[in-house]
Amino acid sequence: MQEHAAGLPETHGHEETHQHEPTGFWTKYIFSQDHKVIAMQYTITALLVGVVGMVFSWLMRLQLAFPGQLSLIQPDNYLQFMTQHGMIMVIYLLTAFLLGGFGNYLIPLMIGARDMAFPFLNMMSYWTYFVSVILLFAAFIVPGGPSGGGWTIYPPQSILPGASPGSEWGIRLLLMSLAVFVASGTMGGLNYVTTVLQLRAKGMTLMYLPLSVWGIFVASVLALLAFPALFVGGVMLLLDSLAGTSFFIPLVNQFGRQLGHEGGNPILFQHLFWYFGHPEVYIVILPAMGVVSDIIANFSRKPIFGYKAMVISILAIGGLSFLVWAHHMFVSGMNPYFAFWFAIATLAVAIPSAVKTYNWMLTLWGGNLWFTTPMLYAIGFVSTFVAGGLTGLYLGNTAVDVPLTDTYFVVAHFHLVMGVSAILGIFAGIYYWFPKAIGRMYNETLGKLHFWVTFVGTYAIFFPMYWLGAAGMPRRYYTNEAVTQLPPSSHELNIFITIAALTVGAAQLVFAFNLVWSIFKGKKAEGNPWKATSLEWQTPQTPPVHGNWGPTEPVVYRWAYDYSVPGASQDFTPQNVAGGPAQKAKASGKTKH
Amino acid sequence: MNLPAHTPTHPRMEEASHGNSRGPGGPDGWNSNSDHGGDHDQPRLATAKAGLWLFLVTATVVFSMLLSAYVERKTGTDWSILPRLGILWLNTGFLVLSSAAMEWARRLARRGDLQGTRFWWLLGGAFAVLFLLGQLLAWQALYIAGYGLSSNPSSSFFYLLTTLHGLHLLAGLIAWGWATVSIVRLPETALAKSGIKIELCALFWHFLLLVWLAIFGFIWFVS
Ligand code: HEM
Ligand SMILES: [Cu+2]
Repeated sequence: MQEHAAGLPETHGHEETHQHEPTGFWTKYIFSQDHKVIAMQYTITALLVGVVGMVFSWLMRLQLAFPGQLSLIQPDNYLQFMTQHGMIMVIYLLTAFLLGGFGNYLIPLMIGARDMAFPFLNMMSYWTYFVSVILLFAAFIVPGGPSGGGWTIYPPQSILPGASPGSEWGIRLLLMSLAVFVASGTMGGLNYVTTVLQLRAKGMTLMYLPLSVWGIFVASVLALLAFPALFVGGVMLLLDSLAGTSFFIPLVNQFGRQLGHEGGNPILFQHLFWYFGHPEVYIVILPAMGVVSDIIANFSRKPIFGYKAMVISILAIGGLSFLVWAHHMFVSGMNPYFAFWFAIATLAVAIPSAVKTYNWMLTLWGGNLWFTTPMLYAIGFVSTFVAGGLTGLYLGNTAVDVPLTDTYFVVAHFHLVMGVSAILGIFAGIYYWFPKAIGRMYNETLGKLHFWVTFVGTYAIFFPMYWLGAAGMPRRYYTNEAVTQLPPSSHELNIFITIAALTVGAAQLVFAFNLVWSIFKGKKAEGNPWKATSLEWQTPQTPPVHGNWGPTEPVVYRWAYDYSVPGASQDFTPQNVAGGPAQKAKASGKTKH
Repeated sequence: MNLPAHTPTHPRMEEASHGNSRGPGGPDGWNSNSDHGGDHDQPRLATAKAGLWLFLVTATVVFSMLLSAYVERKTGTDWSILPRLGILWLNTGFLVLSSAAMEWARRLARRGDLQGTRFWWLLGGAFAVLFLLGQLLAWQALYIAGYGLSSNPSSSFFYLLTTLHGLHLLAGLIAWGWATVSIVRLPETALAKSGIKIELCALFWHFLLLVWLAIFGFIWFVS
């Protein structure tokens, strides 16, 4: 890294400009308040936690392909791997990575700010997340091991002794970890939202923001509104477990013995959980959508199609996500009219989602496509989002959901639409911003190899699960021996899926190698290798230094999609370039549809 | 959502343009952590207030979720009505006075009246402490009446709601204590420096009063 702001006149209030430039190792790399360092900390931690989540998925797949042949995997372990895998992937990897990693790195750079609004809070947010990860893994060394109550941790079985593995200390640590994570997410979310609202560079109106910022911004608002429900549900569940209260636990007779609870309502927990849980899936998908939009526009050398419609769709998806939670509870015995409403609201989500999908396609259409690794990942995202999202329309209909719920159909649906899509979006973003963040290029050949194995492989894993689910293979089962309706061929399919899962896992080694090798040995990157318009590519140094912009903050004159403007001297015009021709398709409302 | 109005331009850019002596576009004050002179309080205040408002929105969701769960759980047949604790009215009075004193301190600070600010500021904190002590007495009374944390869902909710509310107020008091150090030491002219802290504390206090009134209302009237 270069030292800060080369060529900065010393007379120029240097003291004050950089008074927070940290010099010691601890303040520079560990307890740093610089958003870029915090972003790296989030990124590295989330990726490492994600590796653990991935290893658990292999163990489950090994069991499903070769039932009972690995003594390591007993039924209880299976449930624990499953629960921890789900929790890790959704919360500790995807949420932490997309908000804490991308959010932290991109927001200040893309809006032309020098840092977050509250750098100290930002640092606290990371370290609180770190504590939540420690608590998560602490569950592995307590008696009974981690919780095996499913990632939805429904009571009563998640906290009644003997009802599921880890239902005493495992679940308590998990609940504490989640509460701490919520605290971390709240500190982060406050920061991201305030920063976007208050610290935009001069000229950067809301409708000039790149879609990445829009996605992260709305996701952060969702986090602020949804995490409290998880917090409340978690604290109440913890009290039921630790203090013997009866918020959720009804009168239970266990082995002829009456437990101390009475009258609690387990369905109440489901409402609290899904009031958080559904918006949560958009918390991870909206930032990925934003990132993908920017990457597709750049590598098509075209303005994003329907920018305004994209922004409205993001807002609509965000708003609707609070009205649909009970579609996860169709089999909980709810009033059919209630279910009807939730089905309608769920189907309505398809409209803004389809708008976004068409806009991506129309951006690609006729574009001057440049198939770099990030572009491949972005297109892959659109593909898996559709392949997973369309079956959401099936599951959103109560009558269709009832037979399909708790089968592999659901596993296929949510893995494709939120799991794989979000991961592909993350990979797209990592490759795309790697040159800026590290100052070196990654290896394109290895990147493409990584993409093709991952992309084809994840389809091979999850697409056949639709058939398995339709054939009646139940979700969360250690073994399917007793599931008589399954045809024998389903077992061969399960072996095939496991092989695909292990192959995809191996491909991640290529990614890891590419990352590490390129950090040290990659070709030096220029400041703007993708010829992109948004502000993060216009920093005076690459990688950007503390304070990001040198002596003067950027001033913004145009939106982020002035690609291939007729009459311009080059095929992209950065946001901080004044004058000259601009796309007609401006944010002013004169979008050409 | 209830966010304070903001200008699309970076507020600090304007500052630089009207005669800030720190040089062209001097980006001082960009770091909200940095403690510069009073010049910079306006944009910092707007940013800090936006952050606090967002936090209040989140906290509102926390308490609304709990109160919805309260209403739902109350329909259970095992729900029993808690003894009416008169001390809660007294505590409510303390919190109203506390909030009013903080508001008064805020107004006097805006007018630059340091003596008055100090007086009402300290009084506001003192009433908040009285409120918390009163809540502890309420717990004791409830406990003596035979209602522990897990005795009945009504008492479980009571302890949970009052604890969460009390912890928020306690956090507020820590911020208050931290601000008090500088307010008490302050020379007359530098009142503006603590203006942000006073503004934010007052806002937080009013919010916690509203939350308490909601909790109290549910406990007293919806049981
Ligand atoms: C190659 C990658 C992955 C593989 C092979 C995989 C495999 C699995 C398997 C075998 C299960 C258990 C199904 C069952 O027994 O019911 C599962 C559950 C789950 N997975 Fe994945 N998964 C992968 C990636 C992801 C990602 C990226 C996410 C992020 C959203 C995710 C989220 C979940 C969730 C939420 C569950 C449900 C856990 C539960 O039922 O409590 N997975 N996965
Ligand atoms: Cu949902």
